[in-house]
Amino acid sequence: MDITAKVKEIIVEELGVEESEVTMEANFIEDLGADSLDTVELIMKFEEEFDIDIADEDAEKLVTVGKAIEYLKSKIN
Amino acid sequence: MIDLSEKTAVITGAAQGIGLAITEKLAMNNAAVIIVDINKKLIDQRVEMLTSRGLNAAGYQADVTKSDQIEDIFKEISSTRGNIDILINNAGITRDGLLMKMKEEDWDLVLAINLKGTFICTQKVSRYMLKQRSGVIINIASVVGIMGNAGQANYAASKGGIIALTKSTAREFASRNIRVNAVAPGFIETEMTSILSEEVIKKYAEAIPLKRMGKPEDVADLCLFLASDLAKYITGQTIQVDGGLIM
Ligand SMILES: NC(=O)c1ccc[n+]([C@@H]2O[C@H](COP(=O)([O-])OP(=O)(O)OC[C@H]3O[C@@H](n4cnc5c(N)ncnc54)[C@H](O)[C@@H]3O)[C@@H](O)[C@H]2O)c1
Repeated sequence: MDITAKVKEIIVEELGVEESEVTMEANFIEDLGADSLDTVELIMKFEEEFDIDIADEDAEKLVTVGKAIEYLKSKIN
Repeated sequence: MIDLSEKTAVITGAAQGIGLAITEKLAMNNAAVIIVDINKKLIDQRVEMLTSRGLNAAGYQADVTKSDQIEDIFKEISSTRGNIDILINNAGITRDGLLMKMKEEDWDLVLAINLKGTFICTQKVSRYMLKQRSGVIINIASVVGIMGNAGQANYAASKGGIIALTKSTAREFASRNIRVNAVAPGFIETEMTSILSEEVIKKYAEAIPLKRMGKPEDVADLCLFLASDLAKYITGQTIQVDGGLIM
């Protein structure tokens, strides 16, 4: 499974943003317009899609697309 | 005219009493209704009674304090029906007694079913409503949650808690076009109040400006209004339906 592509696809769908905006550096709240509810929904979607549990302490740190991808790759492999 | 066609409504504790009256009222205004109750036998009878009248009704047995059961039900409703538009948190019990002699288990049970059950059902439905960007949640509180009542410390605390939960939920979900309100009935003629003696009921009725006990339908009428678009600018409120008992 191409984790990077899947994560980007989820972000595009959940946040209703253009794929071109979903760069590695993009911050969910500042750049992609997410609010606190969106970020919770996004984490829940990752958990569901990749069948993993993401602890709240970890979730707080996943503020950019790159950080989320890096974290999910480490959890899944 | 209120028309709830295309809307799916889930009502907890709807096998009898106020919950059943709300269910009938929403169904008669074209909503697809789903009864969630702990009483399997009654659910089957009620669904049968509603569908035989040509109304769109289904039922699930579940305990509102069991989050896994509630989660499964919403998952199934969402996958079979698409949207979940209306949730009425109505399941509730009383275990009355003076505070000095109240058993902890009676405190815990009333708080678990009335307050935590409302939280659990709200949490489990929220992922669907948030995604839909629409929804209505109505929590059945009680005037006792506003004014307190001797002999009902546990019940009053649970209902006061529901009112505060309603306001917090309304604030959290408002940006997603989900309205959350509480309804506070006064004394309504149901099984719950049938345990009261005739004398007590008479005394209560005299204290009510409209001079009668309420009927489940009085509560259902308010819920229909709140569930409809007529209430589209109302959220976070607690509305009494009590014949003027407290003002
Ligand atoms: N009757 C009144 O005067 C009055 C006044 C104010 C508020 N209320 C509130 O209205 C609501 C309905 O009351 P009612 O008078 O119709 O009561 P009722 O006892 O007639 O009905 C309650 C229903 O809830 C179900 N239930 C109980 N525990 C459950 C659980 N753990 N999970 C799922 N279902 C469960 C029961 O099986 C029953 O069908 C309650 O929240 C009650 O506190 C009632």
